[in-house]
Amino acid sequence: MKAPVALIAEDEPLLALNLQQELAKAWPELAIGATVADGASAAQQALALRPDVCFLDIRMPGLSGLEAAQTMAEDWPADVPFPLLVFVTAYDQYAVQAFEAQAVDYLVKPLETNRLTACVRRLRKRLADRAPQAALQESVDQLRALLATSPGATAAIERTRAPRLEVIQASVGNTVHMVPIDDVLYFEAADKYVRVVTAEREHLIRIPLRELVPQLDAQQFWQVHRGLVVRARAIAAAQRDDSGKVFLTLRGRPERLTASRLYAHLFKGM
Amino acid sequence: MTTPMEVPLQSEPGTPAPSNGAGARQVDGRSATAPGLARSLARRALTVVAASAVIAFLVTGIYEDSFRNHLVYSLCIGFSCWFFIEVGRQTIFRWARRRALRRGAPRSMLPPFRWMLPWIVVSALLGYEIGMALGNALLGQKAPGLGMFATNPRALAVVLIITILTTLAMTFWWFARASLAESEARAEVAHRVASETQLKLLEAQLEPHMLFNTLANLRVLIAVDPERAQAMLDRLIAFLRTTLHASRADLQPLAEEFARVADYLALMAIRMGPRLEVKIDLPDDLRDLPVPPLLLQPLIENSIKHGLEPKVQGGCIEIAARRDADRLVLTVRDSGVGLSEQATTAGTRFGLGQVRQRLATLYAERAQVALEPANDADGGTIARIVLPLALPAAA
Repeated sequence: MKAPVALIAEDEPLLALNLQQELAKAWPELAIGATVADGASAAQQALALRPDVCFLDIRMPGLSGLEAAQTMAEDWPADVPFPLLVFVTAYDQYAVQAFEAQAVDYLVKPLETNRLTACVRRLRKRLADRAPQAALQESVDQLRALLATSPGATAAIERTRAPRLEVIQASVGNTVHMVPIDDVLYFEAADKYVRVVTAEREHLIRIPLRELVPQLDAQQFWQVHRGLVVRARAIAAAQRDDSGKVFLTLRGRPERLTASRLYAHLFKGM
Repeated sequence: MTTPMEVPLQSEPGTPAPSNGAGARQVDGRSATAPGLARSLARRALTVVAASAVIAFLVTGIYEDSFRNHLVYSLCIGFSCWFFIEVGRQTIFRWARRRALRRGAPRSMLPPFRWMLPWIVVSALLGYEIGMALGNALLGQKAPGLGMFATNPRALAVVLIITILTTLAMTFWWFARASLAESEARAEVAHRVASETQLKLLEAQLEPHMLFNTLANLRVLIAVDPERAQAMLDRLIAFLRTTLHASRADLQPLAEEFARVADYLALMAIRMGPRLEVKIDLPDDLRDLPVPPLLLQPLIENSIKHGLEPKVQGGCIEIAARRDADRLVLTVRDSGVGLSEQATTAGTRFGLGQVRQRLATLYAERAQVALEPANDADGGTIARIVLPLALPAAA
């Protein structure tokens, strides 16, 4: 068996260095594939390096550790074992509760040697007897639950408070197009923009998708991917493939959309 | 002749009672609860009854007629006077309050005493006339009312002087008591608000996430670089000491405030490494100006937490003090993600609200705090506090 590879995502340089040093003592044969300082790089590096273990700080610039994990789980190739995830947090009681509830590995800062040793022992055991396909499915289920509790919980609260969006105001040059929300078939994140797609045409708006979502009616608009929110009534059919992804065909649009593993559970026969 | 003399005298005890009860009720808050209102009305009625009884007794000793008859007249006039005083007080109070609201926040819930003066006299006369008529009707007698003064001016003078003096004395006494109670209640509220603010401030300063992350860094540094670890620990100690102490202190020199800001930013610089650049600019002639402690802290934390921490490449934070005519301008400027992106991180406005509230308490409208986007190449956010150079009123 080849030596296991780890990825460390921690935005505070001293703490990243420390984790690396402590791991060298507790788990000498573990190779550190990369150390990154933000969530987006974490996801990108993980997908490129395909490490066996990822240590993800929760609070990072750009994407949080949890969002990085979501990106990884959504884009991970089905034939490669999904890495074991270890979340790292300084002080976040809610996150810790959620980790406990989902039996997710986590470490708290300041790092205690004993706890790290115990964590390493558990990780080695799980690496030894993991089944590739089951590992991914297990992580997907855990992440879905974590997303529903921590950032999802705040989103749910905001959902009840945020005023419902009735009209999308999309500006092109010095014209503002007023797009009634009832005309919108789906929203798709595209870098810093969101594409607003109706049956006839599409618009770009400069607002992050995660800010838009709380202003939408969750019954009408389903999040099916971290970057995709679709009107449920516009979905004509959903087809699952072997990797766990779900392809959606729409009414009124020719293109097919992809729902990620994390949201595949939304599409089940009644 | 006997009966009329007794009656005006006993109209006084009725009059002071209302302002007592009224004052007490207003201190409790305008929206007194129904049981509270009933209790205070009962207390006032009892005072009127007791005072009427005392006067009826005294008058029975001086003038003929039975104690029972004197008591009936006493009570009738006492309650009539109370009724008129109460109606007038409510009207004057409403009017005074509206006037005070037009001019800003009302300082007191009590109507100004001087505006009550003429009404007390009018109430005494009206109460006397109506109380006499009521007494006559009840007893089937025909004692003269105010009309008798036309035939006996000396009686009129005596009655008026005694009535007015006693009424004023007692009303004023009750008024003073009520306004004392009111100012005590106000002081208590102010004290409670201050304690709550301090507690919240303390909680905000000693944010556990910041504390544990700092300790985690310190733990690493002890092994890697003991000297730097010691320096960092000193900064942390100074920061903790100020946070715990400053929550109680009223004012401190601006230099002290900047030193604590430097401590905090030094801790953050160790944590964030090259992602955080710090610039601090305090002109020498402003060093000794007294300012409320930890005024800048919430703004700096906002800049770090909502501006620079979320930004992948990090950025710069600049703290500066400037004199602008008779005002002191403190700015916290970051080159972070900017206000439009900050909506995603909740709780941005808490620190700003806290600063705004403290400034309002200390300086009223003479100080401002504002948050605006920095419209230049670096982007980010500017928070600006403008203070009068003179000492705050509360200091």
